[in-house]
This record gives sequence, C-alpha cells and structure tokens, in this order.
Amino acid sequence: MRIELEKRPTPSVLYAVLSPFVALVLTVITGGIMFALLGKDPMSALYSFFVEPLLDVWSLHEIAIKAAPLILIGVGLSVCYRSNNWNIGAEGQFIMGAIAGAIVPVVFHDWHSPLVLPLMLIFGMIGGALYAAIPAFLKANLNTNEILSSLMLVYIAQLFLDWIVRGPWRSPEAYNFPITRDFAPEAVLPEILASGRTNLGFVFAIVAALLVWFMMRYTLKGFEITVLGQSERAGRFAGFSSRRMIWFSMLLSGALAGLAGISEVSGNINKLQPIISPGYGFTAIIVAFLGRLNPIGVIIAGLVLALTYVGGEAVQLTLSVSDKVTRVFQGLLLFFVLSCDTLIRYKIRLVFSGRTAAVAQGGAE
Amino acid sequence: MSVAGASADRPLLAVRNLTKLFGTFAACNGIDLEIQPGEIHALLGENGAGKSTLVKMLFGVLEPTDGQIFWKGEAVSIGSPSAARNLGIGMVFQHFSLFEALTVAENIALSLPPKISLAKVAEEAARLSRVYGLPLDPNAHVADLSVGERQRIEIVRALLQNPQLIILDEPTSVLTPQEADRLFETLAKLKAEGRSVLYISHRLEEVQRICDRATVLRHGKVTGDCDPRKETPASLARMMVGSDVATITAEGTHTKGDVLLEVAHLGVAARTPFAVALKDISLKVHGGEVLAIAGVAGNGQGELFDALSGEFPVRDANAVRIRQRPVGRHGITPRRLMGASFVPEERHGHAAVTGMSLSDNLVLARSQSDRAAFLGGGVLGIIKSVAVRLASRRISETMDVRKSGEDPLAGSLSGGNLQKYIVGRELDRRPAVLVVNQPTWGVDAGAASRIRQALVDLAKAGSAVLVISQDLDEIFEVATEIAVISEGRLSASYPARDMTREKIGLLMGGMHDKTEGAEAAHAH
Amino acid sequence: MGIVEAILLTVITAATPLVLAALGELVAERSGVLNLGVEGMMIMGAVLAFAATDATGSPYIGILAGIAGGALFSLLFGFLTLTLVANQVATGLALTILGLGVSGQIGEAYVGMSGIKLPEITIPLLSEIPFFGRLLFKQDLIFYISIALVAGVNWYLFKSRSGLKIRAIGDNHASAHALGIGVIRTRYLAVLFGGACAGLAGAQLSLVYTPQWVENMTAGRGWIALALVVFASWRPWRVLAGGYLFGAVSISQLHAQALGLGIPSQFLSALPYAATVVVLVLISHNRRMTLINTPASLGKPFVPDR
Repeated sequence: MRIELEKRPTPSVLYAVLSPFVALVLTVITGGIMFALLGKDPMSALYSFFVEPLLDVWSLHEIAIKAAPLILIGVGLSVCYRSNNWNIGAEGQFIMGAIAGAIVPVVFHDWHSPLVLPLMLIFGMIGGALYAAIPAFLKANLNTNEILSSLMLVYIAQLFLDWIVRGPWRSPEAYNFPITRDFAPEAVLPEILASGRTNLGFVFAIVAALLVWFMMRYTLKGFEITVLGQSERAGRFAGFSSRRMIWFSMLLSGALAGLAGISEVSGNINKLQPIISPGYGFTAIIVAFLGRLNPIGVIIAGLVLALTYVGGEAVQLTLSVSDKVTRVFQGLLLFFVLSCDTLIRYKIRLVFSGRTAAVAQGGAE
Repeated sequence: MSVAGASADRPLLAVRNLTKLFGTFAACNGIDLEIQPGEIHALLGENGAGKSTLVKMLFGVLEPTDGQIFWKGEAVSIGSPSAARNLGIGMVFQHFSLFEALTVAENIALSLPPKISLAKVAEEAARLSRVYGLPLDPNAHVADLSVGERQRIEIVRALLQNPQLIILDEPTSVLTPQEADRLFETLAKLKAEGRSVLYISHRLEEVQRICDRATVLRHGKVTGDCDPRKETPASLARMMVGSDVATITAEGTHTKGDVLLEVAHLGVAARTPFAVALKDISLKVHGGEVLAIAGVAGNGQGELFDALSGEFPVRDANAVRIRQRPVGRHGITPRRLMGASFVPEERHGHAAVTGMSLSDNLVLARSQSDRAAFLGGGVLGIIKSVAVRLASRRISETMDVRKSGEDPLAGSLSGGNLQKYIVGRELDRRPAVLVVNQPTWGVDAGAASRIRQALVDLAKAGSAVLVISQDLDEIFEVATEIAVISEGRLSASYPARDMTREKIGLLMGGMHDKTEGAEAAHAH
Repeated sequence: MGIVEAILLTVITAATPLVLAALGELVAERSGVLNLGVEGMMIMGAVLAFAATDATGSPYIGILAGIAGGALFSLLFGFLTLTLVANQVATGLALTILGLGVSGQIGEAYVGMSGIKLPEITIPLLSEIPFFGRLLFKQDLIFYISIALVAGVNWYLFKSRSGLKIRAIGDNHASAHALGIGVIRTRYLAVLFGGACAGLAGAQLSLVYTPQWVENMTAGRGWIALALVVFASWRPWRVLAGGYLFGAVSISQLHAQALGLGIPSQFLSALPYAATVVVLVLISHNRRMTLINTPASLGKPFVPDR
C-alpha cells in the first residue's frame, strides 16, 4: 500500500477551515492513548487537562494571562512566516524586551511617575526589535540564514538574563537569590477585570491581532507581505523589496515579542528572574501555524495553547503527571496541524499494490 | 552498432487506445499510434495537445489509465524508465533531465546499470560522440555547458543503451538553425542504421523536411495520421489547431516616432554563477516600431529583461533611457511611472503569483502606476477591491480570457489564457514603452495570434515595443526591426524585411557581421 | 597525562556528537531534504540510550536504542515532509519541540540518576604510540564509529553509484524522477540515516560526554550541527574539521571558566552560540559560493506526477 497525492486545482476552503479542528481531535485522541500508557484513566485525565480549566474563573484568568504573550508573539510570527522570514528566535526577543523594559523600574527605581509604565512598554518593544534586528541585518546584508542565527541568539539572551539577575541587577534585599527588586506599583500592568488577575497585556494582544489582521486583509502592505512570501521574484516585479521586508517583518515580530516580554514581567512576575518564560517564544510558533498564519486564527490558537499550559499544571496536581506532558501535547498538535494542512492542497489516495484499485479518497471537492 | 530484431512488416511500437486521466481531465484520450522500424515518425500538436503525456507513458514515467502498448507485436507494460530502456527505448527530454552540479560522465552513468565504472562510461561516451558527430568532454560540469551541448549529452546518454526507438521531445526549440541541421544529420545516420525515431514537434517545416510519417494530436486525441510530405503546412496546421488561425496583419501604417526606449553601452556582470553577463549592449526603439531580439535560450535574454525592467537596476543611469530620461539606476516602479510596461518570460511566480486571484495579480503590476484608481486611505494604502475587480473584468473581456469563475486563481488558468491576461494587464495602461520577453512561449496558437496582434496594434498606435523571442516565426510576424542576442552581446538592428532565417542563424552562432568585425573574431 | 593531552581529549569528546549529527544531516541535505529537527532527534537518542542502558546495564544496547530512537523520530519527519509534502522548515521545528517534550516525559524517572559510562576500547600497539596513541586509540566505540562514518560517507557520496544518485536527487529531483530514480524512497533512506546519526550523537551525550540524564541536555548542539553542515559546504571531511573547531571553542570556554579570568561565566557559555553565528556569517556572505555549494533542490517539495 502506498499514499499518493493529487494536487487540487484550487485549495479546498472546506479543509482550510476544518484542518485545525481535525488536528485538535487527533491530538486529543493521541493524548488519551498517552495517558493510558502512563497508567492513568484517559477520560478523566483528558477531562482535567482540557475541560476542567474552563470551568472555574481562576483558571480562565490563568488562560488569558498565558494567552497574551502567545498571541502577541504569534501575530508577529505569522507576518514573518507569511513573508517567508523564519524568525524562530522570538524567545530571545521576548527576554531582551523584558530586560530592556525593566531598565526603568530596576535601574531608576526611585523615579515615580505615571510615565514609567508607558516608557517600559516602549523600551520593551525597542529591546525586542533591536534583538531581532541582528538576524535581520545578517540576512538582509550578509545572506546569513535567519533560522540558525535567530535561534542561537535565544541561548545568548537566556545567558544574558541569567547574568544580569545574578550580577548587576540582583536585588540588595534578596539574600543572594538571583532576582531583581520587585517593580514599584506604577510599573505594574493594571488588571482589567475585578474577577481576577488578567492584565492589560491581554488587551494589547487582542488589539495587536486586530491591527495586523486589518493590515493583512485590506492594505497594500499586507498584500506585499503575502506576495513576497509566495514568490520573491513576483514581488520584485511588483516593485516590492524582499530586503526591506526582512527588516519590516523581523522588527515587527521582534517588537511584539518584546512587548510580550515586558508585559509578562510587568503584569505577571513583577520582577526579573533567571527564567521568565515557559518557552512562550517557541510555543508561539505552534500558535502561528495552528492559527493558519491569520491574526484572528492566532487569537483562538493562542487561547488553545494557553489551555495546554494550564491543563498541564492541572493534571500535575490532580494526577501527579509531569507537566512535561504539556510540551508533548504542543508538539503533537503542531505535527497534526502540518499533516492536516496537506488536505487543503492535495487529495490523498491510498493505493493498494499495482495500478488497479484506487480507493479511499481523502477529500471532497 | 547495428540493430537486431523487429522484422520488416511488424511495427516496432504500436499503441492502442492509450488513455491518461488527471482527475477528470483526459490528457490523452484513446490514442492509436504505430511506429515502423527505420522510420522517423513525427508527433505533431500544439502545447497542451497531449504529446508530452503520451511519450511519458511510453517511457514509463507516467502510468496509463487505460489502453495497451505493443513492442514488436507483444503487449508490454512499461512500469519505469529503466523498463523502457531495457526494451530498447531511449528518450531525449525537452526540459533536459540533466544535473547541473554533476559532470557529463556522471550524468550519463546515472541512466546505466551500476556495474559499469565511471571511466568506462566516459570512454564509451567519447567513442559515441565521435561516431555521431556530437563532440563532448566527459569531465566537464553540465552547469558550464551551452544548451546545444546539453542536448548532446541527452542524445549520447540515450544512444549508449543501443536503443531501437529514440524519442526526441521538441529537440530544436533550443537550437540555432545551424545546430538543428547538424541534429538532422545525426538523425539520418540513426535511421540508416535501422533505428526508429519518434520526433515530437510543433514546427511544421521541420517535420516536412525529415519525417516519413506524422501523427497529429489535438486536445488529447489523434486528429490526423499522414505522410507530412504530401501535406501542405496549412493542412497540417488545420489538423493541429482544428481551424484556421488568424494571420497577423503587421503590414501597413507604422509611423516612426521619437526614440522612446534607448539602451547605450549597457554592461552587467553575471549576478549568479548560472547567469550570463551582458556586454556593451546598445539599441534604440522608436515609437511605432517593434524591435524583436532573436536568440537561443540562455544567451542573456533574461538578464537583458531584468536590466530594462529595473528589477535589477544597473550602475550607469544613462545606460537605459525611457522617453529620453536616464533610468538605469531606477527600479521598476519609477520606470512604470514614466509609461513603461513589462511582461517577463516566466508566468508562474514572476509575472503572476499562481496562488493569488486575477484581480490580486492586477494589483501586483499596477499598484503604483494606478495608485489613484486602486488605492485609498492615504498612507494606509487600502486596496479598493471593487475598482480592481472591475478593471480585472475589463481586461479579461478585452483579451478574451477564458476562466472558470469571476476571479479565479491565476494558477488555475491555462498557459495561453493566463498569458493573455498578463499581456492585457499591461496593454490596459496604454504604455508608451512595452518590453516583453517570450510573449507566446508555451501558449496555444489561438492565444498566440491574439497576443501578437495586440503587440503589433500597440506599436501602430505609436508606442515602442521590444520583443525578446526564441521563436523565429513569431519574430517575422511582429517585428519591424530585428537584432540578435548571443552570449550577452547584441548585434546591430536590421529592418525586418532585410533579414532571413539564415542570417539570424549566423548571428545566433555569434558570427556578428562586419559592423562589429572585431568582436566576431573572439566570439565563440 | 599532560595538560595538552587532557584538553585535547575533552575536545574530542565535545566534538564527536557534533560531527555525528552534522554528518547525518549532511547526507539528508545532499538528497535535498532540510531536516531542522536534529535537536529533537538527538535528545530522543540521548534519553533512550540512557533509559536502555539503565534497564539492561549495557551501554552498547543503549547505543542501539539511541540510534533506533533517532531513526524512528526521523521517520515521522519523513512521513510528513516526503509523503504528505508538509513544509520542511515547520516540520523540523515540530520535531524539535516534540522531541524536547517527549524526552522530558520519558526522562522524568532518570533525573539525578548516575549513569554508566561507555567503556574505552584500547587498540593494542597503536595505543602505545606516544601522545597520539592515548588520544586516538584509547577511545570509546562511538568515537571510532564517528571517524569511520566520515570516511565512509565521503567514499559513498563521491565514489559509489548510489551516492551519485543521492547527489543527483539533491541537485534536481524532477530530472532524477524522469530518469527513473526513486526520489522519495532514496530521500526516506537519507532522512533515516540522518536520524540514526543524530540518535547516535545523542547517545554519546548521555553515555560519554556526561553519563547522566539532564533535561534539554543537547543544549542547542543539534542546531550547531545544522550550522556545521553549511560551514562544511556539504563535504564530510570539512564536517570533521568544523566539528573539532566547535568542540575546541566549547571546551575553551570551560577551561577559561576554570581559570577564573574574571569574565562572567555566562558570557563564556555563550561563546559557542556566538561563534556559530560568526561562522555562519563568514561562510554565507559570499552568495556566489553559497549558490554553487548548496544542493539545488534543498528544502523544495517534490510531488511525483503519476
């Protein structure tokens, strides 16, 4: 038996909509099998992973808090990937954004002003964008592969953060703990709902997604991004510059990742410490793909992936399963999304030996 | 080498009711074909008639949906190219199946049984190339070879297996007339040895000259089986196209206006290892003129187009002038704003994005030149989709673009219809200067004639038109002036009425005439 | 044992996993497949090698488990990118993310456990050569395999007929298909070889380099291996040279930390990553050379028409 693909004359709209859902279902099924292998009752494990967090207010707020950075980064990455710029160093840009934004509350901690928070946010975006400017410069001017350079910079950013919180920025009151001083109240992102901890970062995420959606859907800039992503040559013919697009997409996604970083430390952690992200920058890659590189889709995908974090913590508590299970779920999800996307452009046929019997069509017209 | 088998009265290869479906589309529909031993058999048809699909089935690359193939009277199933080779079928592909990064010997070895050593392959290839007059260096890298030399590799590769049937797919489309003559001599030698040749072409003149028998295909079906020497070009064309094709009316009132496009001493270094450098190119196109640049593929046509369009600007601003203004250092957008339009050779992924709708592809070329009409919202640059769609519909109607829906994906159109849209998109602007590279490459006869007429009409209306083409028939149909490009150099321009195929052929081979006598000496 | 000898020994240990992983990726890329999942396959190899060694007490069975783990994981990549024609870049990332997750899950039970180190194999006579004997002929099995594989892959790619086929497919898969070369089957095998090598590299980490299991213990070595392939311009012997160069860089930072030069340890730890970026820049800024060396069909999807 072998699998053959037949190209569809036009991409299937049906599967474009359906594919993320099919992927989700397949992930849940595989996850159930995995729980069974770990000796847990799959149904109740899946219930506490995927359903329970949706049933109480505290968990819903946790989901929103974790979705905010995922959406912010995912939106920026979707622009990058659409334009064929493979920034996979958002984790590093997130960290550098957090560090740059923290300059104000850590170094100038005696300065109290309503300007503190806006400045932090701006510094955060600049920090993220500047860090993304390194792979952008290397790609645009020196032809260096951005996948590898942006990823290497993640490790460097992590080490830099480690150094700064253990060294120059270590809080004098922290008894040698590697943390900075707590941010002053005016340096903390305000909560937006009376019912829980969700902060302004979530609003930033939604606004960013809507703005980028508008840009992609209606403007010439969005058109330029799509054209250059599909064919650099056609983009050049249109008078667009793929070089400038490298800068645009990398700086945009770097700024959004930096905003996510400063929002996370300002709104959620309230200080710097050696680890400030459970891999948001990498998980956002999955968010971008699950959201079909569409900003509105990214909002939904960000919420789903946030659920896997909260669900992972939940099963850790209730079933004493390691929270590593979250990473497994996330990896599986990306795999299934990528596989299901094949159905959009191709019909899949199973061919049983030889030239006869072509059956089991994998798709409607 | 001599050929055994195949008695005189039995066909070497017979095909009955051969059918190939792609989805619901029948690329080949009930084809019958017989090839006798020692015969040069033509397979005629337009682009998209099913010729390539048919030979791919004969060579085991594609699997037939239905029908049978008989080899020397016995039913066979050809499951792979190596099965075809074992039967005695060799193939020379149109888009060569060569590997640029490998040497000639390595390329040849890939289609031979693994037991034979590379040294042996090289030795045998050298011997064959001597016998058939196909000079080759086995240790050269393919990337460094000319198109003609690459074709020789393909032929030698096929001959090494001592085939009884050799299939050649559009072999002369990349050759100069002189190179083609040499190829015909080789074919005659093969025929004299008793081998058969299946010769695929859409060039009637050639088929009449060298083929004993012809099978004509149209829309996947056999529409004629004849002795081409007893037919007229018109009767063959009718079998191919199904109706008479409108002839281009180039004659008449071309009035020569100002120089609208001028190139002076343009030199461009090769941008990539596979590119051709342009050397000291000069030309002038007046309003009302069609200057056609003839040349074999890979002699700098693409690079010249890039320099003219501004996709890759050049150092010297004065090297390219549009309407007297120096634009060499400008990109494509300022050149468009000065009234120039461009149609590149490659439709998919250059002139058009296949995964985007036709109206999006209109924005692609005209977002800046028609900013007022297509964009709103000031700096936001919001695309006015209604206006774009209306303009897109206007273009489709003017150029008679046949499509499946109101605004389908560019990739879903046939080559001819997409090309009509692309040309129409530029003509719709009424450009003062039009530069077009291979305007009808791979396009059906109906669309080709419509596009050529449009080019002629544009020039008659006073614009300057520059056509870069490999197709001599096309050049003689549309040109008022003709120049030839060879190895990145351009000959002087001559009035079309003074040019002959032979003269163009000599210029293609780098034999630049007296006016550039010094260069002729070291070219080639 | 002199200090130079000791340092060189650590360099060899640090370089071997890089050489192995890069060599496997080189073969995959020569066939036109860009597998960015090296890190994921490597970490799977590391955890499975450790687990199997722990279960059986034999590090040799651990090696086999590591190879099998990397190879199986690469099959997943092959299925998606070759059979389902999914985007190679995205699928490679998915493989890395999944590998880090699954290995963390499996390795949970082994955190903090001390492992069994792969024993050295002393080659009689040769190992008694002064200096070089200790360095080159009193090593573990994986080191010997790595050297043999470099020579073997070099011979295979440039001297054997089926190696020629791999290079042909990497240069132009459409032509290869037209000639009747099994593009997808060959690529599966190349990807599988890449996975096996990455798995072996992972096994080296958890059995030789630091014989224990630490989460994310590959620490970006898979990515550095990818950079090495570019650095080596797709040639096996240059992979060996580049691997040892990188090994030296990562060891030099350890020694610098031990010397206490007053440079923060984090900066020294960042050295291999920074060096990777610098090397990538040096190699790739010459577009012309990059174009000539890169397999022309690298990363491009292939769907045969049947």
